[in-house]
Amino acid sequence: MTADILRATGQHIVIVAVSVGIAILIGVPLGIWCARRARAGRVMLRLVDAIQTIPSLALFGLLIPVPFIGGIGMRTAIVALILYSLLPIVRNTLTGIRGVDPVVLDAGVAMGLTDQQLLREVELPLAMPVIVAGIRIATVVGIGVATIAAAIGGGGLGVFIFRGVAMVDTRLMLAGAIPAAMLALGADVVLTLLERHLIKG
Amino acid sequence: MGVAASVDFRSVSVEPILHDIDLHIGAGEAVAFIGRSGAGKTTTLRLVNGLVKPTSGEVFVDGAPLSSADLIALRRRTGYIIQGSGLFPHRTVYRNIATVPRLLGWPDSQIRAAAEEILAKLDLPLGKFGDRYPRSLSGGEQQRVGIARAMIANPSILLCDEPFGALDPIVRRDLQDAFVALRSGVTIIFVTHDVAEALHVTQRIVLFDGGRVVVDCPAAQFPAQRLPLVQHFVEAARI
Repeated sequence: MTADILRATGQHIVIVAVSVGIAILIGVPLGIWCARRARAGRVMLRLVDAIQTIPSLALFGLLIPVPFIGGIGMRTAIVALILYSLLPIVRNTLTGIRGVDPVVLDAGVAMGLTDQQLLREVELPLAMPVIVAGIRIATVVGIGVATIAAAIGGGGLGVFIFRGVAMVDTRLMLAGAIPAAMLALGADVVLTLLERHLIKG
Repeated sequence: MGVAASVDFRSVSVEPILHDIDLHIGAGEAVAFIGRSGAGKTTTLRLVNGLVKPTSGEVFVDGAPLSSADLIALRRRTGYIIQGSGLFPHRTVYRNIATVPRLLGWPDSQIRAAAEEILAKLDLPLGKFGDRYPRSLSGGEQQRVGIARAMIANPSILLCDEPFGALDPIVRRDLQDAFVALRSGVTIIFVTHDVAEALHVTQRIVLFDGGRVVVDCPAAQFPAQRLPLVQHFVEAARI
């Protein structure tokens, strides 16, 4: 039993880490792009916002019939989690970059930093605490949504919860629920600490 | 020391702010731009490093038109000092000052030596201030770092946009003195509201009103100009 819980916990972590990782790789550049283009940025943000609004189980249901990315299993779960994680990451990247003091940016441009250098050396470092806050939200939400992924064969700790519900077995339910809750709380604490560390500089 | 550059404005307009500006600023000259808020002085200053583009006319630095110049290279040899300093809050004093030399590819040893020298002149020893972050400095100290950052790489032109505007009068006076002691081999454009500051720091005063140049004279002769607007500024500077 303990080995099963550990294996499911590991699987859960992998699902969330892979999806949030990919969401960062897509979301941060997308957020930067949105920050540069006011109108296109608004449209993109609304689109990402709309995805977030879809109930998670419904999103899983919608993805299953989609060719290549759909089907039953972990892959569909990861795709859904990526889509879910996108909003907080894109929005916070955008907010963080827009929040950089215009006087500081002005000074950077006036000293002869290229657009790339301004982004790398000024905008991203100053936006980093806000971006990490977005990653924290994405991770915590992702850990929660990943428990539901068990419903479509995605694996993870949700397997115990669903099985426990079906068998009216409280011990089995808790075997999934307690580690999932601890994972979410732990991720929240670690990423909050990182955020604070970045704010202090 | 850097090699000072001349700046020319030929029929420059930035609609709807600035209209038909013609100015020649010689290499090594120190010129004050005075005027009320919205008179066009800051816009004119920002034309020189390409932060603002003319809607018509042309700006020249050392005779070369800016419309076809390499603005990145020009900005790296143009110092820029602004109100509120614009220091990078995430970088130490030393890393702030090292910005332009690093962009220019100076070796570390040269950057350190130059930083030490300029900070000493500004009464901010590198050993004591180098590792501190801007937020731990007073307003006057931040502005000193701003001056050091703008001047470390021996710029050809120094653009100052009310750099001492937000400081209390005593700190302000000290900084003006430090500034005067430092400037040489550089062309200076200094935007200010304060005639006393203009007289102290520059040799020539250009008065802007409604987006046009209305007075352009040696600083010493400025108080004697009869224009009511001149008298308004001169009276404001009296104690």
